Amino acid sequence: MSEEPRRPRIAVVDYGAGNLVSIEQALTSVGASVTVARDARPLAAADALVVPGVGAAGPAMERLERGSLAEPIREWIAADRPFLGICLGLQLLFEGSDEDGATTLGVLPGRTSRLVDAPTLPHIGWNQVVRTREHPLFDGIADGADLYFVHSYAGVPQAEAEAAVLARTEHGHPFVSAVAVGRLLGVQFHPERSGTDGLRLLANFVGLVRAGAATPAGVAA
Amino acid sequence: MLRRRVIPCLDVADGRVVKGTRFVDLVDEGDPPELAERYAREGADELVFLDISAAPERRGTLLDIVERTARRAFIPLTVGGGVRSTEEMRDVLRAGADKVSLNTAAVADPTLIGRCATRFGSQAVVVAIDARRRSGAAAGWEVVVKGGREATELDAVAWAERAVELGAGELLVTSIDRDGTGAGFDTALLRAISSRVSVPVIASGGAAGPADFVAAVRDGGADAVLAASIFHRRIHSIASVKAAMAAEGLPVRHVPEVAA
Repeated sequence: MSEEPRRPRIAVVDYGAGNLVSIEQALTSVGASVTVARDARPLAAADALVVPGVGAAGPAMERLERGSLAEPIREWIAADRPFLGICLGLQLLFEGSDEDGATTLGVLPGRTSRLVDAPTLPHIGWNQVVRTREHPLFDGIADGADLYFVHSYAGVPQAEAEAAVLARTEHGHPFVSAVAVGRLLGVQFHPERSGTDGLRLLANFVGLVRAGAATPAGVAA
Repeated sequence: MLRRRVIPCLDVADGRVVKGTRFVDLVDEGDPPELAERYAREGADELVFLDISAAPERRGTLLDIVERTARRAFIPLTVGGGVRSTEEMRDVLRAGADKVSLNTAAVADPTLIGRCATRFGSQAVVVAIDARRRSGAAAGWEVVVKGGREATELDAVAWAERAVELGAGELLVTSIDRDGTGAGFDTALLRAISSRVSVPVIASGGAAGPADFVAAVRDGGADAVLAASIFHRRIHSIASVKAAMAAEGLPVRHVPEVAA
């Protein structure tokens, strides 16, 4: 028996925007050691950062600022350290949100807008995630796999950020359901609530973190 | 395309899954997290726990089973039954639920819907509407509360619209007339509500077989279909219900066969 590899340390940002238990438990079940970060201190010892969350962008940004987390998150991403934004955690990466006019982190060029021509809102349920290119985050997951969504808004990248798009999903019109730029990853669906395929995606993320932790320049963009 | 969801509902009393016609003749049916995990494996798209226990220590017991379930079944979990405040909702969400369904408490104080939606987001707020067909000259459906024991004189369709305006992200619509009868969903009720709101409608009450699930979606306009006893008693599997829906051209999520 070989020794179990060290569990990558993942800081999950808690800014009061939703269900942390499920993401914590899902990450733990796929081999991560999870710390909940209510301020920037736990980031120092972390190998990766996960920003989950549901709800509106404005209050979420306020809470990130209040916890002095917005700037450390920007710096984390600027340093190309492993990052996964989930749902609102992806939307916050864009420059602003049409939902309440909030200014968000501004890491990706573009804005968060309401889903266009959606037959139901919120978009709740399992829908197909269709890749625009291959990426190790989706290793072992069929193209077009059903993953679980709960949202009414989605990030709309500007043309120059088109290269960041990793997958799209259709509800009325197609919207961006996954992005990847270097070690910055974001998904609009909830992998922690998407059954076996969701757990696979989180396991892939943990695997990328582990690889990245060993060789800082190692992960393909 | 968004899949139509199939949702097993687990009635939970004092920490155990119970079966029987709702609220009477309860028979112990097992450990909620264990059943939840089984359903997740068998292709359930979500799970609903409906807490019907009466014991004063219910809250601790409920939070414990929610937490144990969230650790084992990685699909969305809605918890209903007895949530009366944002604090109680917070506790249930913190234990690992994704959504809370509000019923009697929302009728008693509709501002609860808005307060919960503001604090936790509309997506976490399901308003459960128990509706009974009006008899006599009055058309339509009346909202009933306290497990169907108390009439309110509220019109179910008007209440559905109001609940959405107040911040409900989903509606769980149960026909009290059909619940436990196996007479099929009240598709007229479902259509009356789904045609008036933009949020997803979950059909409940009356499922006997796969054809009822098809009708709830096609005739009732439901986005999701919930059932309890036909799954607990293994009369139909989630897979057979989904196969019937797919055969009728409805989009469903297929779950890979699990080796026996």
